[in-house]
Amino acid sequence: MRALDYKRWRDFWKMRGQVLAIGLVIASGVAIYVMSLSTLDSLTLTRQTYYRNYRFADIFISLKRAPASFKVRLLAIDGVERLRTRVVAVANLTVANFNEPISGHLISCPMPGEFSLNSLYLRQGRLVDPGCNDEVVVCETFAKAHSFNLGDSLAATINGRRKTLRIVGVALSPEFVYQLQPGSLFPDFKRYGILWMGRKALANAYDMDGAFNDLLIKLAKGTRPEAVIERLDRLLEPYGGLGAYARTEQISHRFLSEEFRQLEQMATIYPTIFLAVAAFLLQVVISRLITTEREQIAILKAFGYYDRAIALHYFKLVLMIVSVGVGIGLIAGLWLGRNLSEIYMDYYRFPFLLYTLHPRIVLFAVGVSLAAAGLGTSGALRRVVKLAPAVAMRPEPPATYRPSWPERLGLKAFFSQPTRMIIRHLGRRPFKALLSVTGIALACAILMVGSIFQDAIDYIVEVQFGLAQREDLTVTLVEPSAYRALLSLQRLPGVDYGEPFRSVPVRLRFRHRHYRTAVVGMPKDNVLHRLLDENLKPLKPPEAGIVLTDQLGSILKVKPGDRLMLEVLEGKRPQLEVTVAALSKEFIGVSAYMELASLNRLMGEDNLISGAYLALDESHLAGIYLSLNEMPRVAGTVARRHAVTSFYETMADQMLVFTFFIIFFAGIIAFGVVYNSARITLSERARELASLRILGFRRLEIAYILLGELAILTLVAIPLGFLLGYGLCAYIIYYLQTDLYRIPLLVEPGTYAFAATVIITAAVLSAGLVGWRIHRLDLIAVLKTRE
Amino acid sequence: MTEAAKEVFAVTGLSKVYDMGEVQVTALSGVDLTLRAGELVVLLGPSGSGKSTLLNILGGLDHPSAGRFFYQGRDLTSATDRELTDFRRYHVGFVFQFYNLIPSLTARENVAAVTEIAKQPMTPEAALALVGLEERLDHFPAQLSGGEQQRVAIARAIAKNPAVLLCDEPTGSLDSKTGIVVLEVLERINQELGTTTILITHNIVIAAMADRVIKLADGRIAGIESPTERLAARDLIW
Repeated sequence: MRALDYKRWRDFWKMRGQVLAIGLVIASGVAIYVMSLSTLDSLTLTRQTYYRNYRFADIFISLKRAPASFKVRLLAIDGVERLRTRVVAVANLTVANFNEPISGHLISCPMPGEFSLNSLYLRQGRLVDPGCNDEVVVCETFAKAHSFNLGDSLAATINGRRKTLRIVGVALSPEFVYQLQPGSLFPDFKRYGILWMGRKALANAYDMDGAFNDLLIKLAKGTRPEAVIERLDRLLEPYGGLGAYARTEQISHRFLSEEFRQLEQMATIYPTIFLAVAAFLLQVVISRLITTEREQIAILKAFGYYDRAIALHYFKLVLMIVSVGVGIGLIAGLWLGRNLSEIYMDYYRFPFLLYTLHPRIVLFAVGVSLAAAGLGTSGALRRVVKLAPAVAMRPEPPATYRPSWPERLGLKAFFSQPTRMIIRHLGRRPFKALLSVTGIALACAILMVGSIFQDAIDYIVEVQFGLAQREDLTVTLVEPSAYRALLSLQRLPGVDYGEPFRSVPVRLRFRHRHYRTAVVGMPKDNVLHRLLDENLKPLKPPEAGIVLTDQLGSILKVKPGDRLMLEVLEGKRPQLEVTVAALSKEFIGVSAYMELASLNRLMGEDNLISGAYLALDESHLAGIYLSLNEMPRVAGTVARRHAVTSFYETMADQMLVFTFFIIFFAGIIAFGVVYNSARITLSERARELASLRILGFRRLEIAYILLGELAILTLVAIPLGFLLGYGLCAYIIYYLQTDLYRIPLLVEPGTYAFAATVIITAAVLSAGLVGWRIHRLDLIAVLKTRE
Repeated sequence: MTEAAKEVFAVTGLSKVYDMGEVQVTALSGVDLTLRAGELVVLLGPSGSGKSTLLNILGGLDHPSAGRFFYQGRDLTSATDRELTDFRRYHVGFVFQFYNLIPSLTARENVAAVTEIAKQPMTPEAALALVGLEERLDHFPAQLSGGEQQRVAIARAIAKNPAVLLCDEPTGSLDSKTGIVVLEVLERINQELGTTTILITHNIVIAAMADRVIKLADGRIAGIESPTERLAARDLIW
């Protein structure tokens, strides 16, 4: 079939503009698909490998103090394969040239050569020498935030005693992939540091000689954690155990899982939509392309070519077009996937990245593209091949035109002849017009889903930090303290107002569901840190009962009036039933709230507070930090300003990176669709338009006929696209809710405007390109060739 | 031409009705006709007389609505698409008024597109030499004049050594000088290769070069004439 091969290659080259436009549509779908799923696979594999190689524990528990010898009893528990006892302490850190309070989390360092659980990945330097008592390994994020070098020193106040520590290593741990200071919602690498000290040195400083206060357990294969947890809790209760929990409740793992889940949703929903849209468009475009080939197909038939040979010829042509798209898509997807994974590495702080591209991803993307193209080709070919060659060789019959409905409604007089041509042409083939409209509308819709996040994120910040958490500074105390601690904070120069809070770790149970979080007690006359009801109106902490965030409510499936079990995880660890008084609206975090006095009553304590929310005069901030540094009871601070920045950096950025690609590819798809619509319409109507030129129509006049049709299709498609887009947004938002934060469904006018602008720009660009072709329309050719 | 010449085509009571949505158009009604091997037959008639429809049915491009149609004694009336395709593939050469060349193929490749699927074709070069285009082998249709394009189309039609050559207004879009060159080619093919040639035209002058002239009007045969003196194509004037 040499001659046909030539024909195919030349046709392919001749339609290169269209090939590229179609190719880009399919490439966008494939690229997004490959990029997202390979990123997801890579991150999952990386986490899995990291956890395994660095022996991330299965069960965790903190306690007051237990003798080291007790380890033997614990090892005897059924299902416990390995365990590591640790000493863990909180400390205030002081770093040269940084005046704000830094809270430190000190952990006893594994011995060099020890095959320990939660072992360290050393980025730099070495582990601490067990014989030295002033060496420390710092976590990489903290080291980076303060530009530490090996050999640098920092001071730690442990148990009221100040100690100078020398940095000998920089490390990462599977336990702190996601680093959160207790009580804080976002990582703050400057003001929260994790340090590993020699066990002996730390025990000395923290009065833990011959004892431990933290335990990691690795379960034997197939062991259910619940049974071990129950046993552990019982055994460690006399030693002030704070409740064992499984990996699923470990904060870093849980947040990471939530983010992975969210990424997974994004990485599945978006590419699926993209690939589906691209496939649909490919099908439409290819089918129209084949239809314009009907005369050539008829000639081949007249020569005696079999239908099969003709079909094969066009399948090969389509295969070439699809190959261009899939090729570009795979290369772009692979490259982007690698880069996106690298970007995520920055967020997740894995020590290494294992980039992987599973063959199934490639096969699926290629398969879907081919199937869509094949469907479009075979559908159109069947229609063309079915015709007797004598019929097919004639141009499509001028089907019955009728006056369009606007004309029949009596508006005829308002339409010029060219306008009537446009309307009647659309009216004659409503299905074809509908396909074009659907294609453009889908492009518009995916543009919208790309840009809703910016709106949502701004809104979250506005509500969370504008209406609810209005304090400038949150000060957390080392341990629950007497009410007068608030007074000393309020007395600091520059502090305008202070409001106390109490935070108690709890496990909430309702039926078989449970959730570990903190109950925050707030005074009933609170003005800084407020709860909001569903209409975003302030909600007073109730005299009795508990308020849950709407998210916690839906996790536990409770509604106001339900009674749930509250298990306090510190102090005397009371357990009791409380009534859900209300649900509060919150986009970030999953907490429970009570009125401060009633929480204290519940705990059987006097007026204790865990910290305070402060409103202050920003100009005194430096002085306030200095004073706070002098207060040994202050564990740490969170400034609202930093929290907002941190939110944008940690949560928002990673979504925005992703959505940048989404918008970019949606733009390409939009252009590909609109350009192809215009281009195919041109080839369908070239003869008619050239004939009009011969009759004396000017170029602009015939451009009006062609581009007017494009304009109408585009203008009809945009509102439809808005509708589809809103639906898609709602669908995606529904699947992207996490414990960390909820994304409100908020489609701002800006999003609509953006999508419409891109579509219109694509239309104008396409019109320009097609207009240029109209300009070069070969009139003589029309006279020469048959009708 | 002897009386014993084989029948190539025989049609009886052939009718074709086109369904044009709201109206039915009768293109052929009750045509009886026999065509013999090696004949050069001119189908003459005004627009709409049914010439092209008859040619399309004879060439297996369309199905008749009624009547029967034999090719070399084989009943093709209710042939399947596949059978008609084979018929066209191995037995029929077409020449159309508007050449219908494949624009993306050169002259040589346009011919090759047919020779590659034929049983005993001549080479594309030989076919193009027969029509005097040996110098234009690698030109694309767009680089050829109308007459040259039509000669490529003829080369393409005869390259498979068809039993019949069906030409629908082959000179219809050409000026008279070029038209005569094309007719000379057809005449030579008919005489040298003995290909049965059916030529549609509404140009009465061309009838003078035919063995037989079949006149059609309103879908019926209005008369069959055998000119007493057959003119050479180069002697035609219009």
